[in-house]
Amino acid sequence: MSRKQATALAVILFLMLSALTLSGCGSKSGPKYLRVSVGAEPETLDPRKSTGIPESTVQAQLFEGLTTLDATNKPLPAMAERWEISPDGLRYKFFLRPGVKWSNGDPVTAYDFEYSWKTTLSPEFGAKYSYQLFYLKNGEAYNKGLTTADQVGVKALDDRTLEVVLEKPTAYFLSLTSFHTLYPVPRRIVEANPKWAAEPKTLIGNGPFKITNWVHNSRIELVKNDQYWDAAKVKMPKLDIILTESSSTEIAMFDNNQIDMGENAPPAEYPRLKKEGRLQISPYLGTYFFAFNVEKTPLDNPKVRQALSLAIDRQAIITNVVKGEQRVALAWVPPGLVDATPGSDFRTIGGDYFKDANFEIAKKLLAEAGYPEGKGLPAIELIYNTHDVHKAIAEAVQEMWRKTLGVNVRLANQEWKVFINTRSKGAYQIARHGWIGDYADPMTFLDMFETGSGNNDSQYKNPRYDTLIRLAKSTGNQEIRMKAMHEAERLLMDDAVIAPLYFYTRVTMVKPNVKGYHRSVLGHVYFKEAYLE
Amino acid sequence: MDFSPLKPTAEMLQKQTRPHLGFRQDAWLRLKKNRAALAGLSIIVFISLLAVFGPMISPYSYSDQTLANANQPPSAAHWFGTDNLGRDLATRVCYGARISLAIGIVASLINLGIGVLYGGISGYFGGRIDSVMMRIVDILYGIPLLLYVILLMVVLKPGLLNVFIALGLVYWLRMARIVRAQVLGLKELEFVLAARVLGASPRRLIFGHLLPNSLGPIIVTLTLSIPEAIFIEAFLSFIGLGVSAPMASWGVLASEGVVTLRSYPFQLLWPAVAISLTMLGFNFLGDGLRDALDPRMRR
Amino acid sequence: MFKSIVGRILSMLLVLWVIITVTFVLMHAIPGGPFTAEKALPEAVMKNIEARYRLNDPLPKQYADYWANLLRGDLGPSFKYESRSVNEIIAEGFPVSAELGLVAVTLSVLIGIPAGMAGALYQNRWPDHLVMLLATVGISVPSFILATLLIFCFALWLRILPAAMWGSPEYVILPALALAGMPTAFIARLTRSSMLEVLAQDYIRTARAKGIAPFTILWRHALKNALLPVVTYLGPMIAAIFTGSFVIESIFAIPGLGRHFVTSIYNRDYTVILGITVFYSALLVLMNFLVDLAYLWLDPRIKPEGED
Repeated sequence: MSRKQATALAVILFLMLSALTLSGCGSKSGPKYLRVSVGAEPETLDPRKSTGIPESTVQAQLFEGLTTLDATNKPLPAMAERWEISPDGLRYKFFLRPGVKWSNGDPVTAYDFEYSWKTTLSPEFGAKYSYQLFYLKNGEAYNKGLTTADQVGVKALDDRTLEVVLEKPTAYFLSLTSFHTLYPVPRRIVEANPKWAAEPKTLIGNGPFKITNWVHNSRIELVKNDQYWDAAKVKMPKLDIILTESSSTEIAMFDNNQIDMGENAPPAEYPRLKKEGRLQISPYLGTYFFAFNVEKTPLDNPKVRQALSLAIDRQAIITNVVKGEQRVALAWVPPGLVDATPGSDFRTIGGDYFKDANFEIAKKLLAEAGYPEGKGLPAIELIYNTHDVHKAIAEAVQEMWRKTLGVNVRLANQEWKVFINTRSKGAYQIARHGWIGDYADPMTFLDMFETGSGNNDSQYKNPRYDTLIRLAKSTGNQEIRMKAMHEAERLLMDDAVIAPLYFYTRVTMVKPNVKGYHRSVLGHVYFKEAYLE
Repeated sequence: MDFSPLKPTAEMLQKQTRPHLGFRQDAWLRLKKNRAALAGLSIIVFISLLAVFGPMISPYSYSDQTLANANQPPSAAHWFGTDNLGRDLATRVCYGARISLAIGIVASLINLGIGVLYGGISGYFGGRIDSVMMRIVDILYGIPLLLYVILLMVVLKPGLLNVFIALGLVYWLRMARIVRAQVLGLKELEFVLAARVLGASPRRLIFGHLLPNSLGPIIVTLTLSIPEAIFIEAFLSFIGLGVSAPMASWGVLASEGVVTLRSYPFQLLWPAVAISLTMLGFNFLGDGLRDALDPRMRR
Repeated sequence: MFKSIVGRILSMLLVLWVIITVTFVLMHAIPGGPFTAEKALPEAVMKNIEARYRLNDPLPKQYADYWANLLRGDLGPSFKYESRSVNEIIAEGFPVSAELGLVAVTLSVLIGIPAGMAGALYQNRWPDHLVMLLATVGISVPSFILATLLIFCFALWLRILPAAMWGSPEYVILPALALAGMPTAFIARLTRSSMLEVLAQDYIRTARAKGIAPFTILWRHALKNALLPVVTYLGPMIAAIFTGSFVIESIFAIPGLGRHFVTSIYNRDYTVILGITVFYSALLVLMNFLVDLAYLWLDPRIKPEGED
């Protein structure tokens, strides 16, 4: 190498090294505010239009509904200070808290709620979650364009009183009013600027924080909202929300002290984080399962389905693969939902429907189905969407089926939307599935398997099941509802329409000094009262 | 006198082919003298042998799981350690070699078969033909690969074949452009002009003069294309193309190893070492081949 | 010359038209749409949404409408990101990706070419072996592994650089190095190999025989000719790197354009797919045009394309 070149190289190396040392001044302890990673870039922060968890997590800091859920899913007064329910359970009257304000100082009125709900339902608005408002009288009809907005069962009687009329008695309506689709939006701002939610300047909320900056695909900055009615309880001056869809990026930033909390730690790191005391596991309303397509041979035979389900060692998968202290699922509806009597749990009362890793019975059932030791069983394919956890689970189950039953199942992974398409069309035999509840009631799980339901990927058709679901939906009487739903669940399990694997948990990495936040089983985090120790 | 053609005898055939054979022998001799090239060849042979016999000798199969033994560091029982499901990594790396070597070979064939030829023709003829051919390359560069990969996945049954098809569609564009550039420069050189004046056919000019003189960039591009193809396969398998789990190529093993790098670095180490070793082998061999085949090196 | 440039521009427009059309057909051919979701939407709701985005129009009409908007410079609204337009997405993402790309390309040229020259000049001696060994490792290690190793080393172990995010200059270093790794190695190899070929040419031997210093030979005579394959590689590579790398941008959480090349397809965000494809392709054909012009300067014997 010539001298000139050598000099040039040396200069480059020197520049790079000095850049390295200059930047090495990051302090070890973090700043005095919370930095948290919630997932990917939000599709929108307009509560009427959003659907995903990252969106609703940000919105939960910016907005507040009529009610809010406490840690046990009990609805607490929020924007509404109290409410009255008619004896038939169809008519609700919400009384707004006096003096509640938007972050720009305007008062929050019942008209804002009426406007928000009606625009969400309007056909032209095209909101994906409009069906979350189909509980309102004529809500669905209006969305289909069969009637007009003034027929919809929501009306502001004055600034502070909101009257709601439901289509059917809905026992869990009060918990629904805490859901983001039912948040209010500032009517005056929204009418003036339809793109209001795209800019921090016009994105006005009524929650504990307000937005000051949004760098797309990078970060959202929130500061305390002084106009919030309960501002005295808000301790955090600022929230820095980091947007990344990669869990390895998240853990690297966590380990490098660039964030204090992350919602998506990679399972491989759980044991280490746990040892360091920086792993937090909380319940999450969801079930991980394999859906059997009951119309495809050999899975049209319930005994084959039962055999496959019983031959899975769920505890081994939880301990060795997913590692998040999930609960073995031997039924469909996850724990955490109130049964007929307050304080009781639907899952505890329903109990387990079968035994985990029941290999002997599994072998017997398969033989009874005509395939002793798997002989003569037609080819089976298990599909999953591409993800390292789904893949590991599928591989583990494949091996369990091979070892205990002698059944060789082929695995196939698919890109997400192709997968959704294949699964909902019923063009599969066994498919990986996971279902997260939308609201705190067993119905959010059970109506999935109604004949003709858009989410009945198993193609299950059972008139008795349908009757039970219809019964539970038609009444507000919790005794009758719960009994019907327990019976429906039994049918589903006896027919082995699905092989439940585990009940989800929410696994987050969080520094030990982060306190005071709370989390609902629906997956939302509330930083209202969070503080750093 | 009998002017009817002689029936070629075995002896004559040998006579005719001798100069040709001699040329090859010449190249082989020069290759043999190049120690780096031989080292490269031995590495490739060694890895190929591992790919074929490794899984046979191993007491484990690539899919045998012992969940309780997951993520074990290298030991006497498991030389390379175990993966997240307690499978023997050494066996999986050997097995992965079969897939990844196949991918590497097919990628090379695509590059040589389509890319070199396409670029050579485009560069040699120039003018309108070159224009059209290069605009087609631009078009193929521009259309998002992911779109036809997803379509392929839907249309075809899973398997290595659809990976080969996906590679065949686009995996020669860079080679074509580089060969074309080389040929554009070479064809104006004196020795090519001389050959053309002497009436050499385009085929003879392209294969006899232009391509052999472009061997340097061709082989360099080829050696880049192999590792790239190995990792493109990992990406394709992410979409759902390629072999199905629990079979895994080096690319897939490495991608999975990256995720667990913090806690179990050895899971990335082995596939990465395997890929790098193979690439060293191909590079040494490639350089040796170039030296052996390059017409100018014969002076 | 002028005529051939006009012809070239026309053919470039034709290329863009074909790319848009094929992409349009392909993206509608693959299963799933922008509003396919885990939780299936009720039919009526789906209809409302499709009406709102005019996805219920027949495809030829959607295609024609797209062109009408495109010719006005409007790439349409994103289907995934409410109230954001594709123009905004490109305007926000491209400068970030281009900044990172510029650093990476500069690094790979400034390191790759001298390293390759050193290898050629000291053929089969230790500088050559060192360069080639590093280059071989460089091309066998893809950017996602290199990025992870760099984060591991400089952020988590040495703790002198941020592990991810974007902002002040220190955030550029790791992603730029990860992005530059493979191109640097490839450029070094390419330069070395074509340099060796040029060095074997008669005119170089003559120059050597005349006693001209080796470096002068290399710089004045050999480099220009040896750059032909490097420049060929740089054309499409610059177009690709300046519009961002999906892998690097997602690993380092960089708000660039690159991530959209992959995520827009996963999301079936039709307008974003088309918009960034148009943008990238335009840059690509432009770069390839510049490369062809560069040939004329590097090797005056080459005739302009389209002339014969």
